[in-house]
Amino acid sequence: MVDERAMGDETIRLDVHRYHPERDQRPHIQSFDVPYHEDWVVLDALNHLKNEVDGTLTFRWSCRMGVCGSCGMMVNGEPKLTCATFLRDYWPQAIRVEPLANFPVERDLVNRIDDFMTKLSAVKPWLIPSKTKPSETGEFLQTPAQLASYKQFSMCINCLLCYAACPVVGLSPQFLGPAAIALAKRYNNDSRDAGRREREEVVNTHHGEWDCTFVGECSVVCPKDVDPAGAIQQMKLDSMLSWYRRWLTPWQGRG
Amino acid sequence: MNAIRPTETSAARPFQAPMPATWWLKKPSYVLFMMRELSSVFVAAYSVVLLVLLHRLSQGPEAFEAFRSGLKSWFSIALHLVVLAFALLHTFTWFNAAPQSMSVRLGEKKVPPHLIAVLHYCAWIMVSIAVYWLLTRPAAP
Repeated sequence: MVDERAMGDETIRLDVHRYHPERDQRPHIQSFDVPYHEDWVVLDALNHLKNEVDGTLTFRWSCRMGVCGSCGMMVNGEPKLTCATFLRDYWPQAIRVEPLANFPVERDLVNRIDDFMTKLSAVKPWLIPSKTKPSETGEFLQTPAQLASYKQFSMCINCLLCYAACPVVGLSPQFLGPAAIALAKRYNNDSRDAGRREREEVVNTHHGEWDCTFVGECSVVCPKDVDPAGAIQQMKLDSMLSWYRRWLTPWQGRG
Repeated sequence: MNAIRPTETSAARPFQAPMPATWWLKKPSYVLFMMRELSSVFVAAYSVVLLVLLHRLSQGPEAFEAFRSGLKSWFSIALHLVVLAFALLHTFTWFNAAPQSMSVRLGEKKVPPHLIAVLHYCAWIMVSIAVYWLLTRPAAP
């Protein structure tokens, strides 16, 4: 389908966030005119700039098809995967490209995400084996229903769009955040896992799930429909029920 | 070199802009969120009005009549309209958000989110009808 408006030599303006700490005191916006193509995404425009105009432009990308989670940036103030954001949805208006909000900027469009990596490992995102079913007893069998109970939460690609969209991440930097808690829920719901109590020590805390006020923007921007907001609210219910069980049946132990 | 990140050079200087107090004005969804949170203040405040009403009722017919005619003032009507608007916002936003908090599974299938929200609205209507009937039924002889 040909866009009748584009005659072949149109351009589109990109206002790009630039920051080279070795020469810049503060970040600034640099405007570029990029050839407009109907089938180009923002990532194509950035690669054109890096190849043809300014080789120092720095940004992360990898798969260019929306599965690796590397190319997340703010496009006109909204967190997007730049490999999945088409120029034609903005042209002829200019497009502002900035690094993801709520993270420090390392350089140009690259964020420092060490904090997130720490939070991710803190929820123990691996199967914690049950003492009552050691591996010698054989493999786990899992029904389609058991798979369905955690599958949605396993689709996260760690793109961090949810962290950029969540105002609590900005206001309360210690907040574990949507992706980390959704991943904890993924493992808690897995019938092969027995690590709920261990994860509760990290997630059922003030800066764990309870910092969340259900703004819901994380689920709106998620490119994989993980619904982290839903995961967090369900975790809150799990924690509450766990607390009641502990008080009503203390002889059963926690969880 | 530094101890925390051995490969980091001294030229690295991460920049993070502080979050302004007006952060919630930047996106319509943030404004709606803040209004939703604010609505609970109005809902809670109105429970004070209901407590005062009960207290005046216990003080006898004169006190109750005085309170009731006070409710007819323009100020009271304006206040009630504001509280009603916030109470409705509170109801709609939370009923629509309820399906995300409740994951009801029947085997492999999930109960459709719309159905959960619709059931909330139906329960609300039924309770409202019951309360209306309770308040307007003829007095006992």
